[in-house]
Amino acid sequence: MQQINYDELIPNNVNLSGDRRLQRALEKWHPGYIDWWMSMGPDGFQASQVYLRTAVSVDPKGWANFGFVKMPDYRWGIFLAPAEEGRTVGFGRHKGEPAWQEVPGEYRAPLRRLISIQGDTEPASVEQQRHLGKTAPSLYDMRNLFQVNVEEGRHLWAMVYLLHAYFGRDGREEAEALLQRRSGDEDKPRVLGAFNEDTPHWLAFFMFTFFTDRDGKFQLESLAQSGFDPLSRTCRFMLTEEAHHMFVGESGVMRVVQRTVDAMNEAGITDPHDVNRIREMGVIDLPTIQKYMNFHFSVSADLFGSEMSTNAANAYTMGLKGRYKEEKIDDDHQLHDSVYPVLKLVDGEFRWVEEPALNALNARLRDDYVKDCAAGVKRWNKVIEKAGIEFTLEIPHIAFNRQMGQFSDVHATPKGDILDDAAWEQRKDEWLPSSDDETYVHSLMKAVTEPGEYAGWIAAPKVAIDSKPGDFEFVRIAS
Amino acid sequence: MALKRQHLIDPEVCIRCNTCEETCPIDAVTHNEDNYVVDPDICNYCMDCISPCPTGAIDSWRMVKAAYGIEEQFEWDELPEEAEYTDEELAEASGDAANDAGGVRSGSDPDEVDEILQRARAGQGGKAVPPPSAAHPYINVYTRDAPAVARVVGNYRITESQAGSDIHHVVLDFGSQAFPVLEGQSIGIIPPGEDARGRPHHVRLYSVASPRDGERPNHNNVALTVKREITEADGQRFPGVASNYICDLQKGDEVKVTGPFGNTFLMPNHPEANIIMVCTGTGSAPFRAMTERRRRRMADAPGKLMLFFGARTPQELPYFGPLRKLPERFIDINLAFSRVPEQPREYVQDRMRLRSTDVAALLPDENTYLYICGLKGMEDGVKEALEAICSEHGLDWTVLASTMRESGRFHVETY
Repeated sequence: MQQINYDELIPNNVNLSGDRRLQRALEKWHPGYIDWWMSMGPDGFQASQVYLRTAVSVDPKGWANFGFVKMPDYRWGIFLAPAEEGRTVGFGRHKGEPAWQEVPGEYRAPLRRLISIQGDTEPASVEQQRHLGKTAPSLYDMRNLFQVNVEEGRHLWAMVYLLHAYFGRDGREEAEALLQRRSGDEDKPRVLGAFNEDTPHWLAFFMFTFFTDRDGKFQLESLAQSGFDPLSRTCRFMLTEEAHHMFVGESGVMRVVQRTVDAMNEAGITDPHDVNRIREMGVIDLPTIQKYMNFHFSVSADLFGSEMSTNAANAYTMGLKGRYKEEKIDDDHQLHDSVYPVLKLVDGEFRWVEEPALNALNARLRDDYVKDCAAGVKRWNKVIEKAGIEFTLEIPHIAFNRQMGQFSDVHATPKGDILDDAAWEQRKDEWLPSSDDETYVHSLMKAVTEPGEYAGWIAAPKVAIDSKPGDFEFVRIAS
Repeated sequence: MALKRQHLIDPEVCIRCNTCEETCPIDAVTHNEDNYVVDPDICNYCMDCISPCPTGAIDSWRMVKAAYGIEEQFEWDELPEEAEYTDEELAEASGDAANDAGGVRSGSDPDEVDEILQRARAGQGGKAVPPPSAAHPYINVYTRDAPAVARVVGNYRITESQAGSDIHHVVLDFGSQAFPVLEGQSIGIIPPGEDARGRPHHVRLYSVASPRDGERPNHNNVALTVKREITEADGQRFPGVASNYICDLQKGDEVKVTGPFGNTFLMPNHPEANIIMVCTGTGSAPFRAMTERRRRRMADAPGKLMLFFGARTPQELPYFGPLRKLPERFIDINLAFSRVPEQPREYVQDRMRLRSTDVAALLPDENTYLYICGLKGMEDGVKEALEAICSEHGLDWTVLASTMRESGRFHVETY
C-alpha cells in the first residue's frame, strides 16, 4: 500500500502523524471520503482550478491562504482552536470542574449523537448544492460556492476526527454512515429535514447560506461552549469558516436586491408590486424575494427542534451543549429556578408564556437566531431605502409554515394571523414561491463565465475576495 | 495637525460575524446592534484580524487628522468619504512607505528597511505601484522585536568550486509560524551579535528565490540566493557580516527573520502577462521565484517570459544547470557572460540589443511587465539599451517608462 504522509495531505494541529491508531482509522476513511467527493461534490468542476482559501494553521495568519487548487486536491485540514489553559465547564451540573479532555463515560452516547447530527449536515449541503456550479452568475460567485463546499467538507472532516479520535468503534461506524446517507434519498436520507430539501438555483442558495447555514452557526456556537474540550475547540475553529458562508448569503441576497432596485430606477418603475414589468427586465422582483425569505426562514427555524425539549435540557445539565454566548450571560448557568418567555398559541391567540428556562433552551437559541437574521435583513432594506423604493423585506412570523414544534399544527400568515386549512391552501402562493415563481427564477439561471461579468439579475460585489480585482479569473474552468 | 492612518470596518460590507472581535488579541474591536467598529485608542495595527475576515470589510483605512470615535462609527451606514490632503501632509504621514499598502503592521523596523528599499528602487525614477493582478502582499508581519525564527533545512554552494564567486542556495523553514511571502518580496535577516560599537547589527534584505507556496510546493519554507561578500582594501580582506553568517549556516541552525517586505515589486498573476526579467548575479532570485510560480501554476499561460541574465562566466551563474532545462516555449532565456576567456565581454544590455525587435514588440503591450534586479552598476547600461531599442522602433523610453511605472509595469531593485 502506498505510504501517505498525512501531515502533508492533511494540514493539522492534532499531531496526526504521531497517533498511529487515529492514522489507521483515517487511512480507512479517507478513500471513501474522496469517492464521496468525486461522486457527490460539485458536478462538472472537479478538474477546474479554483481560487480557494486553505487553512494551514489556526493562528490568524495561517488559516486564510489563497491559491488556485483543484477541489479534489484541496487540503482538508483538521484544526482545533488553541487550548485555553485552565478552561472549566461553564454551565450545568459540572460547572466549574476542569473541562474534559476525554469523553466522560456516562455521556458517551449523547455526545456521539450531537456530533453525528452536526456532522451529517456538512456533507448534506454539498450534495444539495452540487449542480449549482453550472448556472453560476459569475466566476466570483462560482468560487464562493466552491469555497463553501470545500469548507463544509472540512467540517465533515472535523466531526469525523472527533468520532475517530474519541469514540472508538462506534465512532468509526458513525463516521462511515456519514458517507452513506444522501440528501433527499428516500432510503437513507440525511438526518434533518432542511438538509433533504433541494437547492435548485442561486436565489435558493443565497437564502440557504443566509438562513440555514446561520442555524449551523448557532448550533456550533452552543457546541463551542461544551465541557468536552476537543468539541469546543473544533467548533470554535469551524465558526471562523462558517462566517464566510453567512457572508455569501447576506451579500448574495443584497446584490440581488441591489440589481432589482437599480433596474427599477433605470426604467422609472416605482411600484415594487409591478411584477410583470419588473420581470421583463430579467431581474427578481422584491415580493418574490420576500417569498423565498419566507420559505427559507421557516424551514430553517424548524432545525431548532421543539421549543420545549428535555433532550436539550439534559445536554445542558450534562455540560455538553450550552447557550449562545453562554459566557456573556449573567445568571447561575445552571438554570435551577429561572424562567424564559416562550411564544405560545393559547386559546387561539399568541401569548408569551413563562416556562422553566432549562426546558426552553431550543426556544432561546432560536430567538437569538431570529435576532441575528433580522440584523442582516436590515442591511438589505437599507439598499432598498437608498434607492428610494418603498418596500420593506420582513422576517415572517415564527408560526408561519412550520413543520416542527408547537406551531406545526396551525396555519399562520407571515404577519401572524391564524388561518384555517382551506384559507391556507387558497392563499399560500401569496407567501411562498409558487411554481410560476420557481419557473421564472429558473429561467434566469444561465451561467456567466467571462471574468468580471455578472448575470443580469445580480449586481457585482462591492469588493471581491482576497482584495482581488473584480475581473479576476476566480475559477479556471477548463484547466 | 499630523495625519494618521485609521483602521476602520466598512459597514456596508461587514456581516457582523464577530470573527474580528474574537480574533483581536487586545479587544480593540467591539460592536453594537448595527456595526462592528475598531477603537482607535486601542488598536495597535497588529493585523491579526485582517486575514480571518470573510468579507474584506476589516481591511478599510482612512487618513484622518482626528480619529473617528467608536460612538460615531456605530452610527455609520457607510464609510465616510476619503478626505483630500496635500502632498506635504501625506508625506509627513507616511513615515514608512510600507504603510501605503493595506494589510501592514507598524513597528520599529520599517524605517531601516524602507531606507534600503528606497535606495534599491531609485533607478525606477519614481514611485512604483504593484501590478493590478498581483496578490495581496503581507508586509512587516515579523519585526525586529518579534522576529520569526526559521530553521535552516538546506545550504549549499551553487557556483562551481573553482569559480570566483561563492553563491549559496539556502532554504529556511518556518515550522508552524505563518510566513506569507510573495515572489519579488524580501525578507530581513539580522545577524546575531553586535557590531564594533556594541550596537545590534543592521538588518539585511534578501529577495526570496522561491515561489509563494514554498521552495518545496506546499511547504512552509523559502529559498534565498546569497553571495558571500568579501571586500578587499589596503591588502586586507573584510568579510561581509550578514552574507558570511548566512553562507556559513549549518543545517538545523536557527535564524531570526523579519518581514516580509516590499509591496510593489510583485509579479502579475494573470496568465496573459508577459514578464521581461533583467538581472545579474544574485539579482536572479526574484526571477527564479516568479518563473517557478508560473511553471507550477500556469505553465501553458499565453503570456511570454523573457529573461536576460548576466554573470562573469557560466560557472558563476547561479542556477545555470536548472535554467537550461526549462523548455524554450515556456521561457525565452538570454545569457550574457562578461569574463569568458577568449570571448568578447558581453553584458545583459548587449543581449537586449540583440533582441531589440522582440523587446520593442512587447514593451508597449499593456500586458508586459519589466523588472530589473541586480547590481547598481547594470542600471545605466540597461537604461541606454532600452532607450536605443525604443528609439529604433519609434518609441520614447522616457515616456514609456513612466507610463509603465504608473501602471505597475516597471520595477527596479538594484543594490
